[in-house]
Amino acid sequence: MSIKLEHVTYTYNPGTVYEMHALKDVTLEIPQGQFVGIIGHTGSGKSTLIQHFNGLIKPTEGKVLFENQDVWAENYELRKLRFQVGLVFQYPEHQLFESDVMSDVCFGPANEGLTQEECRERAKEALNHVGISEEYYDKSPFELSGGQKRRVAIAGVLAMNPKVLVLDEPTAGLDPEGRKEILDQIAWLHETRGITIILVSHSMEDVARYVERIIVMNEGEKSFDGSCKEVFSHYKELEKIGLAAPQITYIMHALAAKGLDVDLSAITVEEARDSILKALGKEKPCSEILP
Amino acid sequence: MLRDITIGQYYPADSILHRLDPRVKFIVTIVFIVSLFVNNTWTAYLVSTVFLAAVIKISKVPFRFIVKGLKAVVILLMITLFFNMIFTPGTPVFHFWIITITKEGIVTAVRMGIRLIFLIIGSSLMTLTTTPNQLTDGLERLLKPLEKIKIPVHDIAMIMSIALRFIPILLEETDKIMKAQIARGADFESGGLMKKIKSMVPLLVPLFISAFRRANDLAMAMEARCYHGGSGRTQMKPLRYHGRDFGAYIIAAIYFAVCILMRIFGRYLL
Amino acid sequence: MGIIKATKLVYDYLKYDEAGKTEEKNRAIDDLSLEIEPGQFIAVLGHNGSGKSTFAKHINALLVPTEGTLWVDSMDTSREGELWKIRQKAGMVFQNPDNQIIGSVVEEDVGFGPENLGVKTEDIWKRVDESLEAVGMTSYRKHSPNKLSGGQKQRVAIAGVVAMRPRCIVLDEPTAMLDPNGRKEVLKTVKELNRQEKVTVILITHYMEEVVFADHVYVMDKGRLVMDGTPREIFSQVERLKEYRLDVPQVTLLAHELKKAGVPLPDGILTIEELVDAICQ
Repeated sequence: MSIKLEHVTYTYNPGTVYEMHALKDVTLEIPQGQFVGIIGHTGSGKSTLIQHFNGLIKPTEGKVLFENQDVWAENYELRKLRFQVGLVFQYPEHQLFESDVMSDVCFGPANEGLTQEECRERAKEALNHVGISEEYYDKSPFELSGGQKRRVAIAGVLAMNPKVLVLDEPTAGLDPEGRKEILDQIAWLHETRGITIILVSHSMEDVARYVERIIVMNEGEKSFDGSCKEVFSHYKELEKIGLAAPQITYIMHALAAKGLDVDLSAITVEEARDSILKALGKEKPCSEILP
Repeated sequence: MLRDITIGQYYPADSILHRLDPRVKFIVTIVFIVSLFVNNTWTAYLVSTVFLAAVIKISKVPFRFIVKGLKAVVILLMITLFFNMIFTPGTPVFHFWIITITKEGIVTAVRMGIRLIFLIIGSSLMTLTTTPNQLTDGLERLLKPLEKIKIPVHDIAMIMSIALRFIPILLEETDKIMKAQIARGADFESGGLMKKIKSMVPLLVPLFISAFRRANDLAMAMEARCYHGGSGRTQMKPLRYHGRDFGAYIIAAIYFAVCILMRIFGRYLL
Repeated sequence: MGIIKATKLVYDYLKYDEAGKTEEKNRAIDDLSLEIEPGQFIAVLGHNGSGKSTFAKHINALLVPTEGTLWVDSMDTSREGELWKIRQKAGMVFQNPDNQIIGSVVEEDVGFGPENLGVKTEDIWKRVDESLEAVGMTSYRKHSPNKLSGGQKQRVAIAGVVAMRPRCIVLDEPTAMLDPNGRKEVLKTVKELNRQEKVTVILITHYMEEVVFADHVYVMDKGRLVMDGTPREIFSQVERLKEYRLDVPQVTLLAHELKKAGVPLPDGILTIEELVDAICQ
């Protein structure tokens, strides 16, 4: 039960002057139930990567396996894969098209061939998960606020009951509270339904807070892959490829440079607070470097 | 697939062709297109080919890039050729079931094919070497006399230039929405005509909404930058003819004269 | 009088029914008064729907007040006669980089504003050169905007405004659609414009890290001005900001948490250096 990429290479416009390697020999495995973050600057290949997960793009070389089956094998039903690996694109609210919220969310399940009742059941559940209450079901999705539209769009993918949910920057353009709401809901889905979550994000703070594993993409290659603490400990290398660690990492390193005995692997505000309080509990915490 | 359309795209390079006055390019393109329909001998086509090849060479636009633009119209081309081939009466060379292909049919089809391909290459060369703004400036100047009969030439020109700028953006957007709906299990390929038309709704509705949103944003941005129609407006790149522009007119005139002569004396040619 | 002055500004979005009668009234700005001095870097914070974008559009006279008055450089925005002058004085940069670039070549887009103002051809070129230089996009002048990154597109948009020689630039969430690098790029450009060209900058945003360097911060909620002060004054009120659906930079939040736990720290810490110095003094 996992997604596996074996030596995947993807080339745009192969054999022409516009040839561009978007992915170079990427091998990775994402086991069922993991919460993974993918980071990388624009053009690092992360969008191309996630489109391999649900078979929207066929690798130029290499294999994509879902539950140990080659998804590009001749008899594999690619459309079925799309119901199991839900992909939420950037600004998903731009794909809403139905005249009411309920019908829009039903689009996915209906494509799966479910009956109207089943679709409605699924849609209700999905809308419930993203915090859209019943009073909105019959409203036009275009009347909702930006944050609500986004949640309806995410529900549209959730209603297909995917085992894996891939989200490309689900919080782009939202305000701080809106960002937190969406991420909390995603985290909750991960916990209660055991869905694998693959989150593409630009916010190191968000990634540090929610995911258990980070994959760093750079120029089409996987440059780091490990736990948050591991990856952010390479913050200097991350900076070289145009990324950064959460602010907390920098604070902890700056404090350590002043001689304070803090935990360098802290990446969230809470961890940092506890570590600093512990260090300050000692006598004259910064004495080593003070005259 | 959608990215392949190069018609209406600008290819930045530094060539004489890029520097020519857009009015020249516009008129020469029309002359060239007309010449294609004047031509009726293989020699004449050869002359047009040489002319076109020379212009492509001068333009510094890679040939591959130009050809890529043809891909988008390949189907249209095939259909035209096919019908020309089977519906032209004459000496049969090939017969299958109810389809008869004649010698004349093949000749007409090949000529038609050459005409269409040259026409597309010729006009895309114009758009590839002229920024849409220059192109519309040129058109605006050429059509200026029409303002006397109350045709809003400036506004039409502005509409055109904006449309050209947004074509690539909307194409990319179409690609994105399509992928997003496929990710929700949409099926754009299978089924009969009715089903196919119905399956376009999830693509077209968001696309229209997006286009309207963009139009709204753009209108506001233009207003914010003091756009208020063509009156009292100056130009950053006003059109002035230079020596090279007259040169280009002369070359085009010679070429066209040759085409006409070849038409008149066509019976002595191949 | 300051460059921007608002007194008791009110704006209602009206929704009409089919008969053309007012069906719904939505108050987007409610009794807002403020005055901005020339040359300052101002930030306006607020969550989505707080009215901050509506306010921005007033400065450019894209919207006119339902009640109250707004002056831009001593011109009343509700007086139609001075509309184009106001828009020239107060330029505006919008959120979506794609939807505000009109030209198909970078330099032609930058020239669009001056063309509309009726500037002479030679002067347009001079302005375009200067503006592209000011945002660091000179080497891209012949490029198509479609081939640029988001941050570069926004810089082109800024150059397009600068070329109109405004006294004030309003940026309406210019970084909301950009990645972190694009965000840094745009902010750096704006800061330099403010410092070197002495242009008044009004930055509308919900990214807290972007307002740390502002001279003055306004916070909006439900169309009202609910807080104003220096960044330090604003960020020292972590709990209150949370009420307005806003956030503070991680370093400020950490300082706040440490203070709550009894570590003696000053209020409103904004940078890593400040925090480190405060802890290790």
